[in-house]
Amino acid sequence: MSQIENVSLDEIKHLVSNRAIEGETMLLNMGPQHPSTHGVLRLLLELDGETIVNAIPDIGFLHTGIEKNMEAKTFQKAEVMTDRMDYLNTVGNNFSYCLAVEKLVGLDVPERAQYLRVILAELQRLASHMVWLGTSALDLAAMSNYMYTFREREIILGILEMVSGQRMMTTYIRPGGVWRDVPAEFEGAVRDLLKILPKRIDEYETLLTKNPLFIDRTAGIGKVSPEDAMSWGLSGASLRGSGVNYDLRKFAPYSSYDHFEFDVPLQTDGDVRARYLVRMAEMRQSIRIIYQALDKLPSGPIRSNNHKFVPPLRSEIGTSMEALIHHFKLWTEGFTAPKGSVYVGVESPRGELGCFLESDGGTKPYRVHFRTPSFDNLQVLPVLAKGSLVADVVAIIGSVDIVLGDIDR
Amino acid sequence: MSDSLDSVIAHIAEKFSATISEFAGEKTLLIAPEKVLDLAKYLKTAIGFEFLSALTAVDYWPAESPRFHLFYRFTSISRQFTLNVRIPISGIKPVVSSIEPFYYNAGWHEREVFDMFGIKFDGNKDLRRILMPHDWEGYPLRKDYPLGYEEPQFTFNYDEIAVRKPFAKSRPEE
Repeated sequence: MSQIENVSLDEIKHLVSNRAIEGETMLLNMGPQHPSTHGVLRLLLELDGETIVNAIPDIGFLHTGIEKNMEAKTFQKAEVMTDRMDYLNTVGNNFSYCLAVEKLVGLDVPERAQYLRVILAELQRLASHMVWLGTSALDLAAMSNYMYTFREREIILGILEMVSGQRMMTTYIRPGGVWRDVPAEFEGAVRDLLKILPKRIDEYETLLTKNPLFIDRTAGIGKVSPEDAMSWGLSGASLRGSGVNYDLRKFAPYSSYDHFEFDVPLQTDGDVRARYLVRMAEMRQSIRIIYQALDKLPSGPIRSNNHKFVPPLRSEIGTSMEALIHHFKLWTEGFTAPKGSVYVGVESPRGELGCFLESDGGTKPYRVHFRTPSFDNLQVLPVLAKGSLVADVVAIIGSVDIVLGDIDR
Repeated sequence: MSDSLDSVIAHIAEKFSATISEFAGEKTLLIAPEKVLDLAKYLKTAIGFEFLSALTAVDYWPAESPRFHLFYRFTSISRQFTLNVRIPISGIKPVVSSIEPFYYNAGWHEREVFDMFGIKFDGNKDLRRILMPHDWEGYPLRKDYPLGYEEPQFTFNYDEIAVRKPFAKSRPEE
């Protein structure tokens, strides 16, 4: 174990400039326990005075082998592991996995379930953006927003608890639909939240958007051109901040996103401030989508009645022999999926969250891979940080909105 | 070259002598490993696939040739296309050229595949382990790598347990 330091210095020789080897520039370690790295991210910074010459991210501290573990569980049971990847977007993780399973076996989802999924995913997007706003502003020493955004996020987590029994790891979306229907007080609670939110978002913006200190810290920092942003695989608000209109909800609408009217906010500057403005505008669009989904929410079943794949209702099990058999088969053996592979991408709060799912014809996924947005968004950090000041690194990390659980999986 | 995705796929299949398979409404191209760099260049510069959505691998152990499939997914934001590409890789000395020169984000994805499957990428500038510790032995996502727990090694039984780790000894490139 004592060799680790020697080996790692040797290993990264090709990543730092020659001046670092000669001792002209300084190598500074940042993290993995640094509060402004948003998790356990370690950065090795090569500094010339206060200017960054090179930044080398070191990840893997949260690697839990989720992809390997999922290969040993049946399709339904593997789903709970997806919650644990991106802990700020648990609904979205379930969403991408369930869409992949449904595409693999060819399941149709009733419209009510699709709308409920959209509402929950957009609520989660709001909650995730609130955490991003609070923490990234906190990194720039704007403390009050942190308190305000977490106050509203608490309400959203309360709604998630109301529908699923869990504040964060919901597993509410299931292959073929959702776990159960929402309680009667759900709609009222969401509408109450939506009523106060626009004002609260105005409040956040008053504190930041035109604040000269905030503009100084964000405008022109961490610039990336649209071509570079695409080549680096940036997605989500980080890509749209560079003016590229790529939102999977519009690009390849899933789960009836095409039933709702909403805009994709774009900015062209490609700097920290542009990414901030895009996310703030996105929060308002999410509110718009939830309003429409609530207004149009159809009644009807909340999961597919194809009981080869979807468990029957609890109430049927007591009276129907067939339901009992289906229930038994599904929870002991699971269902089999045809041999083949699918890839489904959804728009998570951070960007394109893709699920690659391959089946060998058995009851367990043969291979699962998640294309997580934070993984690609972090990769561009050395390019964004080059030439900026040490203090700007935290602004840049905040602006690409990474979640380390999402990166390491 | 007309504008529909089907004709683009047919065109690429002909140019790179690929086979087309279809599953769940999506077509996938199977292309020989030595053509991957040319393919990436062609997709990026001639057709306008600006965005690499995903890059991962699947292990078909105990099959040996091909043992692995690399899975690429390219997205063309301007033309609203997506394209799946699979590349078969032999289990003996798995090497393939890197597409990092055209899709920069392939760099880390290739590192992850290397880390998890032991597939090497020729031309990747920084091919180190990315998620696992740098001195880790074995490739966790291979099918012959056990899922089970690992025996805790202490100073008094370190060597004794090290002998029992089968996956650590079966690195084909050495």
